[in-house]
Amino acid sequence: MSSGLTARFAACYNLLGAERRRPLTSQQPTTVEKKTLPIVAYLHLPESADEEPYLWGNKCISCGAVYVGSRMACSRCTSQQLDRVRFSNSGEIWTFGVVHQSIPGVPTPYVAAIVDLPEGASVRATVTGLDPNQPGPSWFGRKVQMYIEKAYTDKQGNDIITYKYRPVEGS
Amino acid sequence: MREVAIAGVGMMKYGRYPDKYVQELGAEAVLEACKEAGITMKDVQLLVSGNLYQASAMVGQRILQQIGQTGIPVVNVANACATGSTAVREAYLAVASGAYDIAVAVGSEQMGKMGLLGGRGDDPYGRSHITEGHAGSGIMPTVFGQAGVEHMRKYGTTFEQFAKVAYKNHKHSVLNPYAQYQQEFSLEEIMNARMITWPNTLYMCCPTGDGAGAVVVMPADKARQYTSTPVIIAASILTSDPWSERDLTLPNVNTLTHLAAQQAYEQAGIGPEDLDLVELHDCFATAELLHYENLGLCGEGEGGRMIDEGLVFHGGKIPVNVSGGLLSRGHPLGATGACGIAEIVWHLRGQAGARQVEGAKVGLAHVIGLGSACTVHILKR
Repeated sequence: MSSGLTARFAACYNLLGAERRRPLTSQQPTTVEKKTLPIVAYLHLPESADEEPYLWGNKCISCGAVYVGSRMACSRCTSQQLDRVRFSNSGEIWTFGVVHQSIPGVPTPYVAAIVDLPEGASVRATVTGLDPNQPGPSWFGRKVQMYIEKAYTDKQGNDIITYKYRPVEGS
Repeated sequence: MREVAIAGVGMMKYGRYPDKYVQELGAEAVLEACKEAGITMKDVQLLVSGNLYQASAMVGQRILQQIGQTGIPVVNVANACATGSTAVREAYLAVASGAYDIAVAVGSEQMGKMGLLGGRGDDPYGRSHITEGHAGSGIMPTVFGQAGVEHMRKYGTTFEQFAKVAYKNHKHSVLNPYAQYQQEFSLEEIMNARMITWPNTLYMCCPTGDGAGAVVVMPADKARQYTSTPVIIAASILTSDPWSERDLTLPNVNTLTHLAAQQAYEQAGIGPEDLDLVELHDCFATAELLHYENLGLCGEGEGGRMIDEGLVFHGGKIPVNVSGGLLSRGHPLGATGACGIAEIVWHLRGQAGARQVEGAKVGLAHVIGLGSACTVHILKR
């Protein structure tokens, strides 16, 4: 159903991105180093064995509004004074849907939730460990814990790492 | 600001038109609207053209190249699903201000069999990765599904109540010859249909397709010279999403609709109890039920009761989407807003055929474009 759409995006990507990004004057590298990259800028990946991954964001010093990722200003009060905050790796399910039909290449079904974080922000997230065929009110407020895993290898051969959540045992 | 009236409207039957280009769809709607208003393209002083997926392709000028290159100013607008109604509002403002006497707004879109929208990574520098499924979901059935599930959480609304919305709109569509699908389904068929994103099954999601609608606006006193049945634009409001707690994660479709409705009732000097019919943005069954409350048709948390008690069915206290709504009339994005307004106009003039809401004097047309833009127009006879 959506394969035409995907082809369209691929065409746009090539037209607008890949070709234009290639510098005209500098020498092309012969080998490109494969990297491990976070799927979104607001996911911090561990840089050493004893470090935990985490999500981060900005908090408005003036009004206290909390945002996922970085911002130019607070969209609630327009203040440009923002602090960087590290979010906890725990959260609670606010709302969700169960996706049974997605874009090509994405296995279904999966639970797509809005997870509230204790710092006052909320994130879009995939939640595993819940039976997608039994959605219901018991999922509201379920305590979940973040973990990371490889999502896919991108066109340049980089490993793309995503964050997901799963229910905390006994919650 | 001058009082502004609609002197004519035009609409294509929604569907898929692989043999036509989008400017031909738009041109047909414009010609029909001009014919209704008793004008020709030589009378038109301004064209506002709404289109989303070909927003960079000068669709408005291409429409004129089909039906009359008179050299008038053309403004092309894009505002997500509120594109067509934003075009109507721009034409309304241009006439209300006194700058123009006859303006035409047209909304057109050609989507073909375009599939699920959203959830892609499309940064021109390749900085964004595809997150769909890996970090939640941004496809439209999920976003509006999550908004419905939030309503379940707050008010105990059920899957069946959402399914009843789709039952109603498909039932209504049978009487609308402009609808893309004119087929009634039983509640069981809707609830047991293929799940897209729980709680929206296939028949609870609007289809993609092609369509166009056009509206001719004039100062009210001038419109009376052209038609015996001018329809007054009593309110034309556009809002964007104000800051709210989770808006940047789960787009809040409620607050900006609530604000637009409040402002529209204030501008029109009426209340929701004065409305005879409503065309609202039922892109998904879950969305419609939320908007009963957002538009003030009932109190907070009473959306489920509205559908259970049949108040929003044709013949009910406040009929909603007697056209079949987006769920069955269709949702060619840029066309939708102009077509909702055209639908209300036909009812207020008593020209809506078998689906006519008898004696309709005041109607409201609501559209929300995710991202977000909301328009509310109140029309009166």
